[in-house]
Amino acid sequence: MLFPRQPQAQQRVVVTGAGVITALGLGWKVNAAGFREGATAFRPVTLFDVSRQRVKTAAEVTIPAELPPSKLNAHQLKRLDRASKLLLLAAHEACRQSGWEPREQLPIVLGTTSGGMGLGEAYYRQAINTPNSHRDQAHRVSHYQAQRQALDLADAFGFTGPVTIVSNACASGGNAIGHAWHLIRTGQSDRVLTGGYDALSQLVFSGFDCLQALSPTQCRPFDAHRDGLALGEGAAVLTLESLDSAKQRGAEILAEVSGYGAATDAHHLTQPHPQGTAAIASMRAACHAADVSAEQISYINAHGTGTPLNDSAEAAAINTWANGHAREVFVSSTKASIGHLLGAAGAVEALVCIMALREGWMPPTRSTQTVDPACGFQFLRSPMDQQFDYALSNSFGFGGANATLILRRWSGA
Amino acid sequence: MERRMTTNPATSIFVHGIGAVSPAGWGVGPFAAALNEGKEIAPSPLARPGWNDRSLTVRRVPAPSPRPAFLASPRLRRTSAISHYVVFSALEALGADAEKVSAGQINLGVIVCVMSGCVNYSRRFYDETLRDPTTASPLVFPETVFNAPSSHLAALLNSTGINYTLVGDPGTFLQGVALAADWLGSGLADACVVVGAEENDWLTADAFRLFSKRMVLSDGAGALYLRRDPSRTQLEAVTDSHLFSGAQTRLMAARRVREQLTCSDTTLLCDAVQYLPKVDEAENAAWADWRGDRLSVKRILGEGLAAAAAWQSVAAVNAIQQGRTAANVSVVGTNQQAIGARFVAA
Repeated sequence: MLFPRQPQAQQRVVVTGAGVITALGLGWKVNAAGFREGATAFRPVTLFDVSRQRVKTAAEVTIPAELPPSKLNAHQLKRLDRASKLLLLAAHEACRQSGWEPREQLPIVLGTTSGGMGLGEAYYRQAINTPNSHRDQAHRVSHYQAQRQALDLADAFGFTGPVTIVSNACASGGNAIGHAWHLIRTGQSDRVLTGGYDALSQLVFSGFDCLQALSPTQCRPFDAHRDGLALGEGAAVLTLESLDSAKQRGAEILAEVSGYGAATDAHHLTQPHPQGTAAIASMRAACHAADVSAEQISYINAHGTGTPLNDSAEAAAINTWANGHAREVFVSSTKASIGHLLGAAGAVEALVCIMALREGWMPPTRSTQTVDPACGFQFLRSPMDQQFDYALSNSFGFGGANATLILRRWSGA
Repeated sequence: MERRMTTNPATSIFVHGIGAVSPAGWGVGPFAAALNEGKEIAPSPLARPGWNDRSLTVRRVPAPSPRPAFLASPRLRRTSAISHYVVFSALEALGADAEKVSAGQINLGVIVCVMSGCVNYSRRFYDETLRDPTTASPLVFPETVFNAPSSHLAALLNSTGINYTLVGDPGTFLQGVALAADWLGSGLADACVVVGAEENDWLTADAFRLFSKRMVLSDGAGALYLRRDPSRTQLEAVTDSHLFSGAQTRLMAARRVREQLTCSDTTLLCDAVQYLPKVDEAENAAWADWRGDRLSVKRILGEGLAAAAAWQSVAAVNAIQQGRTAANVSVVGTNQQAIGARFVAA
């Protein structure tokens, strides 16, 4: 039963599998190498017409022609849209690494902003251009919905859910991992498959372009002269489980998810409060849940979109949250490398933190030239090798959705 | 407000308010009256671009009279119908507690559940993009985002607590109810409002017509206001979410919901059937031997997707407030899950 549930002892939550696909490539290895160096992966958009847009580039993913083996049949494989493929590719790597077997009642918690929007757009174009033609339309209707992609994921690996899809705009991925953490932490499940995904779509690209939120030059988070964000696409999937479960089966532990916080910014639909009040609340709540103080956090993967308003509010929030220790924390934004992945951003960026904790480096933001003087913290512009214990990942979204995750290096205890 | 989680999700949960917007009108009053009368709300035509000689058919929410005061809020000035429905139903469910939320005396969790979501503005914005992206409206785009309605509700209430928008088929509303119970039990919120909402659009009606030509879509919202302190109605159970996936058919999923719900002779069954044999097949089979009273909200109000699952729950709670001892909700969704809930008199 989803309710009521018997009270359970509080559990520690660890990551035993991780998979990722971004414009840097497919898999942990290539992405870790790219993030470590601060590589960038932007190119002209080829997925749809951008000839009349202000901005014509994004971090578009090259999807492999062949998908890895799964339990999906040929008919299901043929129906997969771009977003589903991104999700399945990331999930395959995570599940293979974790060694999870098919299982009933394994919760799936995903974050996305637009599901299979590309199919929805195709449906609309045909519905308008040839109103009496229904060819392929039923498939587009059923497969553009986010629950269809989640069900394909469940079928691909032999899991039976329940499926929860959080759509809190650009905080969705962070909220999804946070909710998965909560399910294990409170003993409601010993394992959860979680992550975020989003594919580039014409509607969303045009939306950010018309808001003049896209940078016509280069995405430069926390630069004094920043002029906007860059869009990207991708997915990251984590297999989360209780520490007891991981130890019992002798699984390799990649990191610990030690805290999660969420808060709502009621200031404006698309603009954060200038002082980042909800971001402060979210960061504090996550630290509280993790039982760590600000001075224990060595690295922050900022939401850092590169828009003037986001970065100034987030800088103010970090300065306040750090409570006098801002100069001791390193901050960067990996959106300069792969763009803003919207519903996938929080998941991919949490995974970047896991990579950095595990391999002992911090990812730089190389495009930033002149650091905004509002940054009271150390902004990382060059690669840095550094062992550290705690990372914090921020994700903020339209509608005032704020989510923060705390990741801890796994050192065997 | 900082909250440290505790691990007591089995805490009893009570319903402290209900709200509804439906083709019957604005408020639980006209909603309950329509259900008592039992007559199908008359459908009306909805124009579809490209069709000159026919139209789609939907059940519409009538214009509010009087116009709700909250619509004068600057935040809601450019919003589409779904935001209006979400805010109205949530405020109705919250009642006097809305002011306490605004004053910071109650830390409110907000959960809004949708299937189609903000389709009016998504369709409109994409149409503008196809015509000429240089003139596509920056005022419309932010309203296309799934969590726009929940954001507007939070802003209107000045609520800074945890706030999720869940996307999925109609059963997602009951997942939202279970999530709210979890937040209350874990201490993440003092109170939670759970809303299921949709808005009519020719695009959605056109799409559903591909699967059932007799299905009549409708729109609106339903809301439950949940707290831990006792009231007349208790949330007794939310079943597991039984997915339509792998080897599990819709019928198997519906039967597993039935197995998990306690039933007695005095229980009212609020089901999801629409009197469309093919669509209702699994749910009818799962409840074929049911001899108790039955209320089929969708037959009267139409297929409101996430809103309809919320209406079923509002109807169940309303029945208990009118003297019933128990009411079960059965939702066999469109393409994701079967799930159920049970409410009892406290």
